[in-house]
Amino acid sequence: MSDLISEYLMIKVKDDIHTAPDWELLLRQARSVGVLSRLTFFWKEYRLFNPPQHFAYHLDSAETYWLSQKRIVNWELYNLSQVFKLLNIRLILLKGTAYSASGLNAGLGRVFSDIDILVPKHQLKEVKDALKWHGWFPEPMDDYDQRYYERWMHELPPLRHIKRGTSLDIHHNILPQTCILYPDADLLLKAAVNVADTDFWVLSPEDMVLHSASHLFLGGEFENGLRDLSDIDLLLREFSGKDLSFWQNLHYRAEMLGLGKPLFYSLRYANKILGTPVPDSAIQASSIFAGCGKNRVMDYLFLQALKPYHSSCTNTLTGFARWLLFLRSHWLKMPLHILVPHLARKAWLRLADNTKKT
Amino acid sequence: MPFKPLPYAQAFPFFEWGLNWCISGYSHRFLIVHAAVVEKYGKALILPGAPGSGKSTLCAALINNGWRLLSDELTLVDRATGHVVPVPRPVSLKNESISVIADTFPTCQFSPIVHDTLKGSVCLMKPPADSVEKAGQTAIPCLVVFPKYQAESSLSLTAVPRAEAFMRLADLSFNYSVLGAQGFETMTGLVKSCEAYDFIYDGDFNQASDLFVQLLDDVQQRVA
Repeated sequence: MSDLISEYLMIKVKDDIHTAPDWELLLRQARSVGVLSRLTFFWKEYRLFNPPQHFAYHLDSAETYWLSQKRIVNWELYNLSQVFKLLNIRLILLKGTAYSASGLNAGLGRVFSDIDILVPKHQLKEVKDALKWHGWFPEPMDDYDQRYYERWMHELPPLRHIKRGTSLDIHHNILPQTCILYPDADLLLKAAVNVADTDFWVLSPEDMVLHSASHLFLGGEFENGLRDLSDIDLLLREFSGKDLSFWQNLHYRAEMLGLGKPLFYSLRYANKILGTPVPDSAIQASSIFAGCGKNRVMDYLFLQALKPYHSSCTNTLTGFARWLLFLRSHWLKMPLHILVPHLARKAWLRLADNTKKT
Repeated sequence: MPFKPLPYAQAFPFFEWGLNWCISGYSHRFLIVHAAVVEKYGKALILPGAPGSGKSTLCAALINNGWRLLSDELTLVDRATGHVVPVPRPVSLKNESISVIADTFPTCQFSPIVHDTLKGSVCLMKPPADSVEKAGQTAIPCLVVFPKYQAESSLSLTAVPRAEAFMRLADLSFNYSVLGAQGFETMTGLVKSCEAYDFIYDGDFNQASDLFVQLLDDVQQRVA
């Protein structure tokens, strides 16, 4: 079995799948990684490959589904924008929602389950209260979890619309407050840019990349890892093509926000795995953020962890690498005196729950 | 993991159910309606119905009465052509209808009965070989009949206005809303090409089959 999907996420023309079982394997991997509708665009818009009819049906179907999701999201965004207009607060979109609303290539065929927005911390309560009047309520959660979110996290407990069932994540920063790397949210908010002819705002190009990089390389979860790396690949290609000083600005911005490390990793692995055309100078420059001597270990771990999340591409080592990176992310995101009691509580609850079931 | 693991004995019905789930979740080139569908003279008779309405039972009886099985569960309307595309697979019989069909058509082949599934007892009937062979032949939708089994009732047939048939079918569709405006157009095409009826019957399959043949003839004559 082989990793076909990583190859097919590269922006280059290819013609190396010739058998029905291989097309089927690519389909299964693409579905599992969450990029089937992205492949539709690589086929239809970029002409990167030529699928046989039975594969094309699935690509068309995935596109139809993506379009329906876009309709739903656009409707939610319109409703949110009305609320934010009343509050006189900018509606700043994050992640997939932002790529989609600002018409970036990374938004083409990008599916997502939640709407993510960024709100100044001091206005969180105001926003939360106003949204309640428009049908957005927090998911049921016990007091502990609620306090945990409020005290340590960079987002509110997810809200769900009581009628439409859509889910909304309100962030006040892009990393948890307890993280070793905790950027100044004011800098992000100040640099946000308006999406032309809309009431939506998104992070500046540099911040958008750094957010995606932080999420992927500090988040500790790799279910959508390859898709997120493909996001970064598309963002880097598009922004660097529009702005000659993008690589330099990206470097300075990472320095300013203290997000050099995720930047280093994202440039390194986007280039290694998806062939993102990052200039040598940019990779060289970012390597000052790397810390010394650990690259071979991190290379091994991330190259394993970023394999497609599909049974055909994973083995014990992949699982072990993901587990180590999961521990690492908790280590980075939380000091031990908060982490240990939290994990102990979670483990206890799970144990109690299992005992109840048996 | 979209499904919870289940006992081994439920594997076969669960596999069938899983296949249906895959089709309705991933095949948006079709407008997909939760309905049995059978064919005669190249014309499709669509039998939508809530669980318990007897659509699968009626479908099983009709395919033993000279009708071709297109599907007992999923009516796939090709968005490009408006035709019904067959998925002839085992017919899923539930609870009381298992013995009714097994007694009436003893020469058919049935799977062991699986008890205690989410839908009660389930038994799968082998689809007719002829239907499987002709899986590539599409059919033109002509009749929509909403069946309702009612013991000791007299046969009744009531025309359903097109607009109402549209709304009922949209309600029973798995992906009407996913298709957006395309779904509306395909559904409009479907109800325009069909006559729709409410049908109450007491389990007399021959009578039902004869009536449907007659209705198809009428549709044909009206078109001609």
